[in-house]
Amino acid sequence: MSGWEAVVGIETHVELQTASKMFCGCPVVFGAEPNTTTCPVCLGLPGAMPVPNEEAIEGILRIGTALDCEIAEHSVFHRKNYFYPDLPKNYQISQYDVPICHDGSVEIDVDGDASVIGITRVHMEEDTGKSIHVGEGGRIHGAEHSLVDFNRSGVPLVEIVSEPDLRSPEQAREYGAELQRIVRALGVSDVRLEEGSMRFDANISVRRAGDVEYGTRTEVKNVNSLRSLQRAIAHEIERQIGVLESGEPVVQETRHWSEDLGATTLMRSKEESEDYRYFLEPDLVPMRVDASWQARVREALPELPAARRARYKGLGVDRRTAAVLAAAPDIADLFDAAVSAGADVRLSGIWVTGELVAYLRAGDRALDETAVEPDHLAELSAMVTGGRLSATAAKEVLGGVLDGDGSPGEVAAARDLLQITDAGAIESAVAAVIGEHADAFAKLREGDEKVLGFLVGQVMRATGGKADPRQVSELLRSKAGG
Amino acid sequence: MPIDIDIAKVARLARIALGEEELERYGAQLTAILEAAEQVQALPTEGVEPTSHPLPSTNAFRPDVVTASLPRVEILAAAPETEDGYFKVPRILEAP
Ligand SMILES: [Zn+2]
Repeated sequence: MSGWEAVVGIETHVELQTASKMFCGCPVVFGAEPNTTTCPVCLGLPGAMPVPNEEAIEGILRIGTALDCEIAEHSVFHRKNYFYPDLPKNYQISQYDVPICHDGSVEIDVDGDASVIGITRVHMEEDTGKSIHVGEGGRIHGAEHSLVDFNRSGVPLVEIVSEPDLRSPEQAREYGAELQRIVRALGVSDVRLEEGSMRFDANISVRRAGDVEYGTRTEVKNVNSLRSLQRAIAHEIERQIGVLESGEPVVQETRHWSEDLGATTLMRSKEESEDYRYFLEPDLVPMRVDASWQARVREALPELPAARRARYKGLGVDRRTAAVLAAAPDIADLFDAAVSAGADVRLSGIWVTGELVAYLRAGDRALDETAVEPDHLAELSAMVTGGRLSATAAKEVLGGVLDGDGSPGEVAAARDLLQITDAGAIESAVAAVIGEHADAFAKLREGDEKVLGFLVGQVMRATGGKADPRQVSELLRSKAGG
Repeated sequence: MPIDIDIAKVARLARIALGEEELERYGAQLTAILEAAEQVQALPTEGVEPTSHPLPSTNAFRPDVVTASLPRVEILAAAPETEDGYFKVPRILEAP
């Protein structure tokens, strides 16, 4: 794409995991039997009145504040009117010209290249129902008929709109990933892309490098993985450059990303489709978020991923480990507590981002379903640094602790993994090996370091692998007069 | 300023099928309404806070508490067609 520059903006939808829906008391659940969590409000039955869920407002304020937005002291709901079978009222309650949060930013980093992406607005709305298209392989075009499930109708939905500040598919992906980390850290959504609780629409255009005017953009809708987001944008940039280089204009339209085809295809061209006839929602009074509410939200924010990464860098945690920790707040909290309890930073970092993450993934478990405590990591760390446990054995002990077999000391003892730290016992094992391999030891005395490994191996064998190899080699060296 | 309203477009957006005579009649009625609104809009409003709702109230929220949903048989009973617990609707878009 030399000579061209891509301009990308992303609209991100996040479903909030409140107990109840945005405007009614139906529960917010994923995977329930179709049409079992609905009521007159979320079915849009005549006369039903919406009442906003305060917890959802709290949730969007947390997101807006975390994205460094200005919080509107006064904001209102609008009706966005359009016709679609999964929208029972024929309008979606949303926000229009006065969103609750606006003018924020988020910093992203792609391979050490940092950039600040503007956030235009963050507004509150409600999700629609879900349609299943029957026939033609589930594609909307040519389907025989559609089936509608209204369980999702009215689930609190936050829309985060970025400025067109992204310049590459890689940046777009990192932007999506950072939003996901931030929202996860806030604890307001499980942000599961595969379940649709976080999804992206990308607005993409290209222009000649150096041009100031934007090119005509297309919108790629409903991208539901970070990988697809990157691929869809890369494909669309290529496609637009191809169109322009062949002398044709880019047509403003909505396109659909097909993971199978690895390409975007036309969904609909924009014409009248964008006339949503917004008007003020007469059933809802305005929202007022005064300075003291704003301050309360700010004070209650947890440490955000960027702050965590910076703090871990200061602690000497390597970049990769810091990134894994910053993306998993519960694991990072365990790490922090372990380090406060005296655990070694490097060892704990290896254990929680290595063994622990693998353990959770293998069993599809959550951290709180395991038996591990911060004090366990501190104890395990002390055993390794004190020479009582080898680094390899420590990993096995951690597995036992995670399974609930006891403290590290108990697990190591039960599995006979403790190293011999009794100086006398090691001393006599070393003496025995020297007696048995006098030739080799004589070579070591002469300064032949090559035999050291052999002698250490013999001692390890004699002790059943329970001596600390470092301690053994030091002892051998000092006996050889080194 | 003369009122210019494309009544056919408004009807189309609202999915209301209107005949020639109806377009004429409703067009005239809507024009009269918009003219009345014009008069209000001509008033000087400098320094006046916009009113977004007639009630002098804000933050009418509810706590995040789950209440009972409707039984599925009841809601599906109101649908013209159903299938496997879903509302069944005609195809959404024609094949391109
Ligand atoms: Zn409901």
